[in-house]
Amino acid sequence: MALQLDAKAPTGPIQDAWDKHRFDMKLVNPNNKRKFEILVVGSGLAGAAGAASLAQLGYKVKVFTFHDSPRRAHSIAAQGGINAAKNYKNDGDSVFRLFYDTVKGGDFRAREANVYRLAQVSVEIIDQCVAQGVPFAREYGGLLDNRSFGGAQVSRTFYARGQTGQQLLLGAYQALMEQVAKGTVELFPKTEMLDVVTKDGRACGIVTRNLQTGSIEAHSGHAVLLCTGGYSNVFYLSTNAMNCNVTAAWRAHRKGAAFANPCYTQIHPTCIPASDEFQSKLTLMSESLRNDGRIWVPQNPDDTRPAHQIPEGERDYFLERRYPAFGNLVPRDIASRAAKREVDTGHGVGPLKNGVYLDFGEAIERLGADIVKDRYDNLFEMYDRITDESPYRTPMRIYPAPHYTMGGLWVDYNLMTTVPGLYALGEANFSDHGANRLGASALMQGLADGYFVIPYTVGDYLSGLLGQPAVPVNDPVFHEAQAEVTGEVNRWLSVRGTHSVDHYHRELGKLMWDYCGMARNQAGLEKALSEIPALREEFRKDVRVLGTGETINQSLEKVARVDDFFELGELMCRDALHREESCGGHFREEHQTEEGEARRDDEHFAYAAGWEWKGPGQPQDLNREPLEFEYVHLTQRSYK
Amino acid sequence: MTATQQAPDQPIRSLPAAGPAVKGLTPNIDVPAVQKRPRRPAPWPLDLYQTAVGKKWVMAVSGAGLMLFLFAHMIGNLKLFLSAAELDEYSAALRELLYPILPNTVFLWIMRAGLIAFFAIHMHAAYSLTVMNHRARPTKYSKRDYIAANWANRTMRYSGVIIFAFLLIHLANLTWGWQFLDNDQWVFGQVYNNVTTSLSQWWLAGIYIIGQLALAPHLFHGSWSLFQSLGINSPRLNPLRKGFAYAFTAIIVIPNLSFPIAVVTGAVR
Amino acid sequence: MRVTLKVWRQEGPTTAGRFDTHQLDDISAEMSFLEMLDVLNERLITAGEEPVAFDSDCREGICGTCGLMINGRAHGPAKATATCQLHMRKFRDGDEIVIEPWRAAAFPVVRDLVVDRAPLDAVIEAGGYISADTGGAPDGNLIPVPKAVADAAMDAAACIGCGACVAACPNGAGQLFTSAKLQHLNLLPQGQAQRLDRTVDMVETMEAFFGSCTNYGECQEACPKEISIDFIAYMNRDYVKAKMRNRKLVGQRFP
Repeated sequence: MALQLDAKAPTGPIQDAWDKHRFDMKLVNPNNKRKFEILVVGSGLAGAAGAASLAQLGYKVKVFTFHDSPRRAHSIAAQGGINAAKNYKNDGDSVFRLFYDTVKGGDFRAREANVYRLAQVSVEIIDQCVAQGVPFAREYGGLLDNRSFGGAQVSRTFYARGQTGQQLLLGAYQALMEQVAKGTVELFPKTEMLDVVTKDGRACGIVTRNLQTGSIEAHSGHAVLLCTGGYSNVFYLSTNAMNCNVTAAWRAHRKGAAFANPCYTQIHPTCIPASDEFQSKLTLMSESLRNDGRIWVPQNPDDTRPAHQIPEGERDYFLERRYPAFGNLVPRDIASRAAKREVDTGHGVGPLKNGVYLDFGEAIERLGADIVKDRYDNLFEMYDRITDESPYRTPMRIYPAPHYTMGGLWVDYNLMTTVPGLYALGEANFSDHGANRLGASALMQGLADGYFVIPYTVGDYLSGLLGQPAVPVNDPVFHEAQAEVTGEVNRWLSVRGTHSVDHYHRELGKLMWDYCGMARNQAGLEKALSEIPALREEFRKDVRVLGTGETINQSLEKVARVDDFFELGELMCRDALHREESCGGHFREEHQTEEGEARRDDEHFAYAAGWEWKGPGQPQDLNREPLEFEYVHLTQRSYK
Repeated sequence: MTATQQAPDQPIRSLPAAGPAVKGLTPNIDVPAVQKRPRRPAPWPLDLYQTAVGKKWVMAVSGAGLMLFLFAHMIGNLKLFLSAAELDEYSAALRELLYPILPNTVFLWIMRAGLIAFFAIHMHAAYSLTVMNHRARPTKYSKRDYIAANWANRTMRYSGVIIFAFLLIHLANLTWGWQFLDNDQWVFGQVYNNVTTSLSQWWLAGIYIIGQLALAPHLFHGSWSLFQSLGINSPRLNPLRKGFAYAFTAIIVIPNLSFPIAVVTGAVR
Repeated sequence: MRVTLKVWRQEGPTTAGRFDTHQLDDISAEMSFLEMLDVLNERLITAGEEPVAFDSDCREGICGTCGLMINGRAHGPAKATATCQLHMRKFRDGDEIVIEPWRAAAFPVVRDLVVDRAPLDAVIEAGGYISADTGGAPDGNLIPVPKAVADAAMDAAACIGCGACVAACPNGAGQLFTSAKLQHLNLLPQGQAQRLDRTVDMVETMEAFFGSCTNYGECQEACPKEISIDFIAYMNRDYVKAKMRNRKLVGQRFP
């Protein structure tokens, strides 16, 4: 039976859709809220904000995180800022413009109703965060400061130095801890979700493993919220934290939740290039650097002179040359591919010739070193610390790296996956960014989902469950799931192969980066589709996990995650292969204009691809949710 | 069913300000509380004193009081360089302070009581904080490379003990008139005579010098750190705190050192 | 380059630990310190030995998960740098490097180099928030915040909660962490309503687990975000003030 991907988006004028929908949804009486248990997996922006908001409403909430503290979720690493259609700068911003920019920036592969709602609530997010004490940057008059950010022509980005994600997460974390103190939230740190449990087609709980004691436990609830982030670590080297993984989302997929658009991965243009083969992760430098930095490579690929000795006339400012209107501020996917093209044609700089220059020389001359220092000093210091080169003196070297995944669990307008009672929030879902995410929109989406969407939509679902207690944890469905997870843990421990988990993860990452990275083609994807399953079989027979399952065992934690990455990687390639067009973060070499720009195919591919699990080793089935564009008219993106 | 099993009377995260132990993340580890006794409700000054921040505040206040005393004591002692009569008159005047409003020596005893209280509370706070800090850091590093902590502040508790020992010897020698060795020349009220005869013994002068050398780092750390403990903190003031500490230490310790040296070398007889 | 590592190994919270010595011969100076440990673990796994357990996540110096005592210094020899941002170029060829876990009663060792930092969360839970339930917040620009105040609050809020201040403090004190979290909120106009209660609750919870401040200043030097001990002074002042003020308020309520 094919899945029905019914978006349940409200009809009528888009400006009133969310208000109308909120009114149409059923409510749960305050006295009844405490009878409902909600399990929140993940404690990043979406998870912490959602859990805190739901607990404030009176629901009983349990929060699970594999970190030792909810404050360490990877949302904390976001640097640049958060968008909101406040129009504080009087520069023509509006809810509609933010909506328009996001749909267009997403290359027309997002659901209009969701994006409009996102733009609407963006305004409330800022107010909420200020009230919580998030120390946003201020002007001398004491009002909030804004800056313009990657791909936007208005200044709508709010920021807290280069640590916006950290400050927003701390705000949500503090709200969460207040609820923990009040006893409305029970916190489970160092606890990793390893399975979703369903009964009669509804999500009724999860199975977790305590990472410090190894105990495998069942938790039941009326609804399960997955706020578990993205899957960029499938590439091994990415800007994601070491422990970011797809396991929670993938286990949900295996239990029937459709996985949408896995091939939409965002490659961030401004990361520090790898220095050697032992590199464990890549470090992102905020995109805000592109506001003042100029990107260039030497015109002569064999130029070995240090940057400052190359005269102006022999430099190729390739973004300014090819996109005069937007210059260095073109969207991320375009900037990334342009840099890749320069490196591929041998123009790369640095010892491994794997980067391009991002030069602040002109900015320092124009603005003075003090202003540049004020704006970017912490980023410059970070760069200096990693590379031992000062951007005040020599240009930075940057190169694109996997950074964010627009794909994820398919959700409807209520953020519910195709499994009733199972929700996905934040980066874990696929909904709002289409095929490409604009800068400073991830924080906005995570908080929008958590603070302002899920508190309403989950109530609508729960109101139908009134009077039904949660499935008890001694129900056979939980026993089965626990036994399955226990069996899996023991299986990994008994393989006793020859190579480490990281070894296989690196191999997989290399395959994914080469064939399903910044640019893809049919031959490469087919090659990957034949190589990944073979590598996976070898991995399952040959991986070496030492030690026991009763204590901290970091190899054991990783092995299950990498196993899920293998299955995901295969699906990503299949999705990339089937999508015979180029859009946003998905670039098929077969589908480009003569100038090398992406060529979209709206006639055949204006849909979200929701893949349905068909069992281990079986290819997933494709289901389509058609996308209609009533308010933002389909145009070819042009940033010339 | 829950990962962090806990006794119901010992909630893991909502905790009283002190208790026997608090559960950590891991079921099999306790995070021990460093304050063993639970805090009891008490009137304000005692309530404040039950906390470590309060104890540090009290140490700072009492330390500041002792610093004032040291300063006055040092000024008075400078009379040693004027003449025997000046010094003896000064000591007599101390006993006659506020006379005839109060009977003789009453006000002096009030001041002494204040000083004793300052000393007692300063030492009690230091002792109980030291115990607490040892509990908070039971295991030492096998290798430790300090950056900011200097010799002065790491030896506060030792210099404090030395100063206290010196204080007892000093009182025994010049206030209570204990006869050290064959010194039978101590006479009540003849301060100049008492000082010169006892300090002309090189070993006793040595003890005085050691006492002052212990006082120097103690005073130095105490006189800048009291600002921190009292929360007197402003961008304009902060750069001056270290300078004040150096200056104050020098003003107290250099003259104090000069007394035994002057006597033992014969510059003052 | 070639380094000799003395690494703390400890099976579990209750077992005794020991130092193991390993030699790594071909370390690149461009590697980060944790990548060097990754290499060590890869070797150990190949040799059939259990890898060293250590915490790390973002490896960008912002999540605060990592933290090692390296040659007697919290987060190692580089100033204002978390362990994950430390690079091997800060060491010399042939160096011996001693690696220990954070040590404090509040941070029991769980395994090898991993410690349990739950008390830091307990301090936040005690009052490290501004109560502002979702919805109903006034416009963000309703209350202007002077830039200097916003900047100072941000200086405090930069704390990543790694626990280096506690590890570096000879008294195992948590004052720098607590004061940074406290003053971030106490400085802002939004945080005034709960200022006194928050101060009392957080300080007293802190004192349940951590030692007292004796103004060594080690914490400030160890802090990867260079948070100033001035915030500790602010906290001390607020605490004494809160104790006096609360007494007055109580007096008013019960004459």
